[in-house]
Amino acid sequence: MDLFTEGDPIADAKAPEGPIETRWERRRFEAKLVNPANRRKMTVIVVGTGLAGGSAAATLAEQGYRVRSYCYQDSPRRAHSIAAQGGINAAKNYRNDGDSIHRLFYDTVKGGDFRSRESNVHRLAEVSVNIIDQCVAQGVPFAREYGGLLDTRSFGGAQVQRTFYARGQTGQQLLLGAYQALERQIGLGNVEMNSRHEMLELVVVDGRARGIVVRDLVTGEISTEMADAVVLASGGYGNVFYLSTNAKGCNVTATWRAHRKGAYFANPCYTQIHPTCIPVSGDHQSKLTLMSESLRNDGRVWVPKAKGDDRSPRDIPEDERDYYLERIYPSFGNLVPRDIASRAAKNVCDEGRGVGPTKLGVYLDFADAIDRLGRKAIEAKYGNLFEMYERITGEDPYEVPMRIYPAVHYTMGGLWVDYDLQSTIPGLFVIGEANFSDHGANRLGASALMQGLADGYFVLPSTIANYLAAGPLEKVDAGHPEAVAARRDVEDRISRLLAVDGDRTVDSFHRELGQIMWEHCGMERSEAGLRKAIDEIRTLREEFWQRVRVPGDGEGLNQSLEKAGRVADFFELAELMCIDALHREESCGGHFRAEHQTPDGEAQRDDDRFAYVAAWEYTGTDEPAVLHKEDLKFEYVHPTQRSYK
Amino acid sequence: MNLTLRIWRQKGPEDKGRMVTYQVDDVSPDMSFLEMLDVLNERLILQGEEPIAFDHDCREGICGMCGLMINGDAHGPQRGTTACQLHMRQFSDGETIDIEPWRARAFPVIKDLVVNRNAFDRIIAAGGYITAPTGSAPEAHSTPVPKVDADAAFESAACIGCGACVAACPNGSGMLFTAAKITQLSLLPQGQPERYTRVIGMVDAHDEAGFGGCTNAGECTVVCPKGIPLDTIGRLNRDYLLATTKRGNTPGS
Repeated sequence: MDLFTEGDPIADAKAPEGPIETRWERRRFEAKLVNPANRRKMTVIVVGTGLAGGSAAATLAEQGYRVRSYCYQDSPRRAHSIAAQGGINAAKNYRNDGDSIHRLFYDTVKGGDFRSRESNVHRLAEVSVNIIDQCVAQGVPFAREYGGLLDTRSFGGAQVQRTFYARGQTGQQLLLGAYQALERQIGLGNVEMNSRHEMLELVVVDGRARGIVVRDLVTGEISTEMADAVVLASGGYGNVFYLSTNAKGCNVTATWRAHRKGAYFANPCYTQIHPTCIPVSGDHQSKLTLMSESLRNDGRVWVPKAKGDDRSPRDIPEDERDYYLERIYPSFGNLVPRDIASRAAKNVCDEGRGVGPTKLGVYLDFADAIDRLGRKAIEAKYGNLFEMYERITGEDPYEVPMRIYPAVHYTMGGLWVDYDLQSTIPGLFVIGEANFSDHGANRLGASALMQGLADGYFVLPSTIANYLAAGPLEKVDAGHPEAVAARRDVEDRISRLLAVDGDRTVDSFHRELGQIMWEHCGMERSEAGLRKAIDEIRTLREEFWQRVRVPGDGEGLNQSLEKAGRVADFFELAELMCIDALHREESCGGHFRAEHQTPDGEAQRDDDRFAYVAAWEYTGTDEPAVLHKEDLKFEYVHPTQRSYK
Repeated sequence: MNLTLRIWRQKGPEDKGRMVTYQVDDVSPDMSFLEMLDVLNERLILQGEEPIAFDHDCREGICGMCGLMINGDAHGPQRGTTACQLHMRQFSDGETIDIEPWRARAFPVIKDLVVNRNAFDRIIAAGGYITAPTGSAPEAHSTPVPKVDADAAFESAACIGCGACVAACPNGSGMLFTAAKITQLSLLPQGQPERYTRVIGMVDAHDEAGFGGCTNAGECTVVCPKGIPLDTIGRLNRDYLLATTKRGNTPGS
């Protein structure tokens, strides 16, 4: 059976015409408005309370819409945006170092390896400056200089210092700003907050998104909530790999359920693997912890020259070490971009030169920096990271080199959206990491926070009004046949999961799925590996529905049941990721196909065949997905081969 | 190593609850505390028993979702560390470990080790913000903030809202949580217009939620994984006292 078929291309992503710097302004002017009295009669559902969802819910409520907000955590403040460390980019040019909106736009398109949409990225760069103003007004405690003005630093290969930060907790502080704005609206009665609730189905009536089916995770009660529009801000799907830097609860269910109802899923194979994470320590490992990219400023990455060299790192003499990044990439050295550093680590470990108990690790050594700058200086720069490392590993990185290994961190793919952030289902908007829009095949550091807040504070609140203004929509309630059917689907699925009563736990399936994905759809992919993975995923999915054991019932808090539903959706997503990776016969950004590399082992794009967004349409489990191509045009940034040697 | 765990089991809010003893063997010192509970839960599921419900999410000490009383200490024996970042090398072979939920009137138990902390959200909704609707913000550099104030505001803003302070307090008080937000916002120029209405609103919401009063026991700051200092409560008290003299938002007072 064919894995997929090709359908009609996507002709129009609805970006306005004209010079790129005028497009967003024109879109806002042309967008229809909803008068304040009518906004009070309209309900918008927002799923997820991270940077995108929290800021969108607060802003829509400020504008006068009735908002219903949902999150699976016990409080909207805990969404995983909170764990972002490094910073947020903005083209303020406070440093007078040559930054501009155009340069941020250019860097982001290039960093995405020419697989993103120019119009969207330019808009992102434009609103980046408003985000900083907004957050400062909310009391976000950004780092400041002695003169009282904002400090910035450089990040991920950029040649300007445009990254605003709050120590190593920038995500936390930005999220608390959005959360507090949201809580204010909750206190005013403009937002109905539903924490510990999980969206399990989308309700589509007459082709439009009109509601969701949710489960109250405390009481187990299933309810149907109707609205004039639905916004998904439910984050990325990195947990399909089981081990990732994502929070344990992060999942694809909200977007996957929408995909099954007709929303196209774009570029699912674009995954970001971060090079500096603490390695797996054993089979019990439940998640991976990131060590900030900034460490590569002073740490040197190396492995022994000889295979299977088991000596303690301090006993390996200098001439028996391979500082492989410095050797292969002399001009960028230890500071090559994330995708390059990750793959190089994998290669040396595949050669049998990995270190640590599992041999899946490389050293990040600060001995030279400590000699050069003194221990005090290193403590001042990285003290909190060194402490965190020691807490987790029990090793003192001042004495022995850190061991690091790449880990899944972010997913650039997501539901396809047009310029208005609307999916292929009218009335269904998708924002933040949940959509595919701005990062192409590789996201630059400090750009995730920028995109989440751009979408939530500024873009969506303008574009959703244009949709709502075309109303009023016909009144529908939870008794509508489509709503009743969606609810019944949810109930049936829960009953099915509980009824299997097999002999394997959900986690054991999730772990096995993760291994398949990491092995064949991780840092390096090949046709043979991907075909094998697809077979293995299908077999494992069948086994899941025959052997999984979900204890308890659906009546109250049942964390095993929550996990089972999420893993069931991950199985279906995993297959689509492999199909997407298989069909894209080129290497770009985070997607590296072994068959498509330059003679010296670098990623080789094929712009003639693959300069498009792959948007996938669902046609049924075990039915071939349909591929719709959206051609990417580069009018302002001309594609070139990236080189870091 | 081999451990004996005594864990609080409670089917639901109405259940009386009890401690149940479990034996867990072959625990690796490299496991996190929550991974050790994962291993126990996997076994319970295969034995046909209900696994132990506990809250957790990021497992890197920042989301504030996890919270366990471990041998009577909120988040366990290691200072400055959430339960999810605590590793088993902090314990020794043969040890018996008691694991209980946060216990406070304002945090009712939902199931086993899971409690309801929505009262914290209600305190924030009652004034823990700066009113700045999207789009209304002036240019960021129009208001310089002295670095010393910005740094002190950051120190208080580091609170993760886990509730350890409440669990450790003999009065079940949420004052450290409330004071951390009040301190952050009152140190910043942007926070001044609402400074005194904020403190009244938040303290009222705190009291209504059933938290106890502060008697300066200081247990809260000891267990706080982010080291929020006790003097934030002094700052709250000072602002509260001043606020009571500014009756009814009289102009110019």
